[in-house]
Parts: sequence; C-alpha cells; structure tokens
Amino acid sequence: MPRKTVKRQAVKATRMVQLRYLAHARSGDKGDSANVGLIALDPAHYPLLVKEVTRARVQRHFHGMVREVDRFELPNLNALNFLLHGALDGGGTISLKTDAQGKVYSTALLRMQIPVPVAVARLISPGK
Amino acid sequence: MTDRIVRVAAGQGFWGDWPEAPVRQVQGGPIDYLMMDYLAEVTMSIMQKQKARDPTLGYARDFVPLMERILPDIVRRGIRVTSNAGGVNPRACAEAVREVARRLGLSAKLRIALVTGDDLLPRIDELLAKGHPLTDMDTGRPLSDIREKVLSANAYLGMAPMVEALRQGAQVVITGRVTDTGLTLGPLFHEFGWSPEDWDKVAAGTVAGHIIECGAQSSGGNLLRDWRKVKGLENPGFPIVEASADGSFVVTKHPGTGGVVNLASVTEQLVYEMGDPNTYITPDGIADFTSIQLRAAGKDRVRVSGIRGRPRTDMLKVSIAYFYGYKAVGTLVYSWPEAYDKAKAADRILRARLKDLGLKFEQILTEYVGVDATHGALAGPPSPDIPEVQLRIGVRARAKAPVERFTREIAPLVLTGPPSVTGFAGGRPEVQEVVAYWPALIDRREVEPHVAVEVLDA
Repeated sequence: MPRKTVKRQAVKATRMVQLRYLAHARSGDKGDSANVGLIALDPAHYPLLVKEVTRARVQRHFHGMVREVDRFELPNLNALNFLLHGALDGGGTISLKTDAQGKVYSTALLRMQIPVPVAVARLISPGK
Repeated sequence: MTDRIVRVAAGQGFWGDWPEAPVRQVQGGPIDYLMMDYLAEVTMSIMQKQKARDPTLGYARDFVPLMERILPDIVRRGIRVTSNAGGVNPRACAEAVREVARRLGLSAKLRIALVTGDDLLPRIDELLAKGHPLTDMDTGRPLSDIREKVLSANAYLGMAPMVEALRQGAQVVITGRVTDTGLTLGPLFHEFGWSPEDWDKVAAGTVAGHIIECGAQSSGGNLLRDWRKVKGLENPGFPIVEASADGSFVVTKHPGTGGVVNLASVTEQLVYEMGDPNTYITPDGIADFTSIQLRAAGKDRVRVSGIRGRPRTDMLKVSIAYFYGYKAVGTLVYSWPEAYDKAKAADRILRARLKDLGLKFEQILTEYVGVDATHGALAGPPSPDIPEVQLRIGVRARAKAPVERFTREIAPLVLTGPPSVTGFAGGRPEVQEVVAYWPALIDRREVEPHVAVEVLDA
C-alpha cells in the first residue's frame, strides 16, 4: 500500500468523545421548551462542535424526551444554542417533572458522544 | 464626561434570592444603582391572589424589610434603587417603603416613585371586545377559551417610565411588570441621555441587564465550567455593571467577595434562557446576541462591547396567568438491596390502586430519583447495588377530588407495599393549585397611554 493512503487514513481516524470534555453548558426554560447553550471549552474546538453537534444528532440524542430541536450559532461566544421543544412536559407550573424548568438538560446534552480526531481526543479526554 | 462610569449592581435575581446580597452590594464598594428583579412568569398571579384577599398586599413583601436595612446607607450615599417588587400593587409597595422611611426619619430625603399601567386585568373584556384576541403565542388558542379562568394579565413595560421617574428625581422606583432588563436600561438611558431610538445602545443596555438580572448566576453561582475552582461562595459577590457612555461595559463584582467573573461565567449567563440569539426581543428594542464581544479585562473583570440592535416592534408581550387545576407530588425512599425494583413495584401497586378507585388524572408521572429524574433514559440502567432510590410520583387533574384522594394513597404504601421503605416523615403530600402561563402580544398603543409615573409625597 502506498504510504500516502495510510497517512490519509491516519488523519481521518477519530474517536468518540463525550461532549463534557469539549464543552460546558447552561440550560433554562422558555415555556414548554428547554434551551441549552453549549460553549466550547477551547475556542479552537468550536468548529468541531458546529460540524458534529448537529440539530439531527441532538434530536436523536434526546429521542423520546423532546419533540423537535432548533439550533443557532453564536461564533462570537464559541457557543451553540439549542431549543428543545416539548422537553418540559407542559413546562412551568403545569409540569410534574423534577426538572420542570429544564435546568439540567445542559448536563444531559454533555453526555452525547461525537467523533473527534484522535490527535485532539488524546489532548482532551482521559482513557484508552 | 465621556469617561464617566455608571455602576449598576444586581441585588436580587428572583423573589426569594439571597437576602444578604443587596446589603453587601450597598456596603461592599461604590455603586450608583441597585437593581432588584423579583418577577418570574407566574409570580404575578400569586400576588394577584394575595391582593384579592387583602387590598394592601400583592407585592414582594420581603422588599420592605430589605429596604429598611439599606435605606440609611442609600440615602447617605445617594444610591438609587430600581425594582419591579411592586408586583400587582406597586402603590402599596411604595407606601410601605415610605412608611419605613418615615420611621427611620428619612422620608424628607427620599423621593419614592411608582409606575403603573402594566395591569391589564381590569381591561381584558374591553381589549377582547376591541378585537385583540390575546392569542397564546405557544399554542395559538384565543384567550376567549379560558377567559373566565384568568387570574392576572400584565403587559411587559420597557424602560420609558423608569427613565421618567429618575428624571423626576426619584431615588427609589417601584414598578409592576417592567422587564427585568428595563431595570438596568432605565438607569443607563437616564444617566447617559441616550436616545431611546439609538438601537445599539438599547441592545447594549439589554445585554447588560440580561447578564446581571439573575444575580450571582453570572458571577460564579451555578457555574459549570471548573466549578471546583470557584471559591468563596459562602459570600458570593453579586454582579455589577460598570457602564460607559459609548455603550460598552465591564462586568465585575466587589473586591473581597467570593465567586468569579470571567469569560465562562458571563458566557454561561448570556446563553441562559435564550431563544434565537439574533433576535432577543424586549419592549425597548431587539438585541443581537451574536454581536456581543467579550474580553478578559483583569481579575473578575470582563469587558463587553460591540453590541448591535434593531428597532423595537409595535407589540408588547403580555403575561397572563390562569387557573388550570390541581397537582400533587408524593415521594418514598426505598433502600438496598434491590432498591430500584422495590420502588418500581410500589409504583405498579399505587397505579393499580388509583385505577381501582376510578380516579381520573390528566397525567401521572413517575420518576426514580437516583436513577432517571434528571437525565431520563440517557442515564442508563442504575447499578444493581444502588444504595437507595426515591420513588417520586406526581399527578395532575382539572378537578381537586382525585388529586386530594391521591395524597392519601402514599403513606399506606409503607405498610402495604414493598419492604425497606422510609422517608415519609413529611406526611401527606400537599394539594397544589396549578396556575398556568399564557403568553400573548398586544399593540403597544393600547397600553402605553395608560402608563403613569407618580412620585409619592414625603
């Protein structure tokens, strides 16, 4: 095999990394929607968040917990904002949930795993 | 004059926030304004209920003893206070503060103003008749569907009456439903003489207000990033905005206080309760949060600049609260071994009993605290050796009777259900009235002519 191909594969190699090693977050409520602001821990990794933490992936991550997801970009703050519609079981005072105001949807998003180039993954996350 | 700084300090982030905060803001260093936000979405309905029982109530009562503690200092140092503690009865609130000032011998030195006109409850039928449907912004339903259940209705006012009250020399301005951000915008527009149509300045003041309106949540409280490194939260420094005439400002806190003001603490607060960041709508204008530039500017100092805005809309948001029904939440704690299985068995038994009794609920929600209450299924299955699980069951119904009956079905599980259960010392769960929120819009021309500023006599 020519050396070139091997090299290209090495560049493409990724590892799944939990978002907690790439971002911090805060969430709150807007009616029956929760919002999660996801902020890159290192501005250099913001493009990775933009590319990998897509609307569709977040919707899959919260499957069964939310109805629909919107995503907004705030490059100035190295942040993404997600609106998780129907996340609060009626929201506000109607909701029977412990987290009726969506305060910990932030950390629930940080459980998500995204593919990260191995070189980056080695720097930021423990293990393997 | 261009290098003049105006300091606006946050004293309360919500009704029930740390009572020491405003005192320490006043005593801990230089400030020009103390702003105190008391109103959340359904707070007004609670206050409306209190006012219905007693016409001298209907405001944030803790504001008055708080003012008693700080009045001598603020009078001596000329600090001005802006607060929406007035709730649905700003007049009674202002009069109660005046009473305190009199008792302290300070009333001659203290001008107190109140702002009214946000309360639309007495005008609802008139507005509906005029063709304003007050449609629920979330569901699209017209208000006529729930008209007879409405408990409170308040338009969110902007900064204009606040600016006017300050212009008339008021030192304490007490409002009803003025926006959280308006409590900060008012002082800045009054001090710098900005035009209310300078939309970038409106946006800058809005962002400043947003950063400090939740109190210590921008200065180290509830900060996720490096939370272990946040020191001194025994005495958290609440945030202070040091604003400049060009619309830029620094977020900071008093020296010697705990917590931290850094890029992470400010950014987490900026994204809190955010919708579309390009379009943060307030009664005074639209702020573009994607234009905000943050820069670290020394220990516990973050400089904020570059904020752009757009013109205000013709509409004001109306916060309507209406009676919805009843709910109750019961809890029991099951211990190792097989704690989770025991809790699940108890849930099955309870649900079967509720069904046998023929009770009708709009919803029954079971959560297992320690297993799934915060992250649902994302948390995965618990360890088989989990030391304990709290069973938490909530019910909601339009009628009171089934909820009331539910509250009598929790304690019996202790002796008639799965073993090793405890944690029921609180007795029967409480039946709570559910007051729901109905956000609507109204043409600002229907509201603004009714808004009034009144300075009380000493």
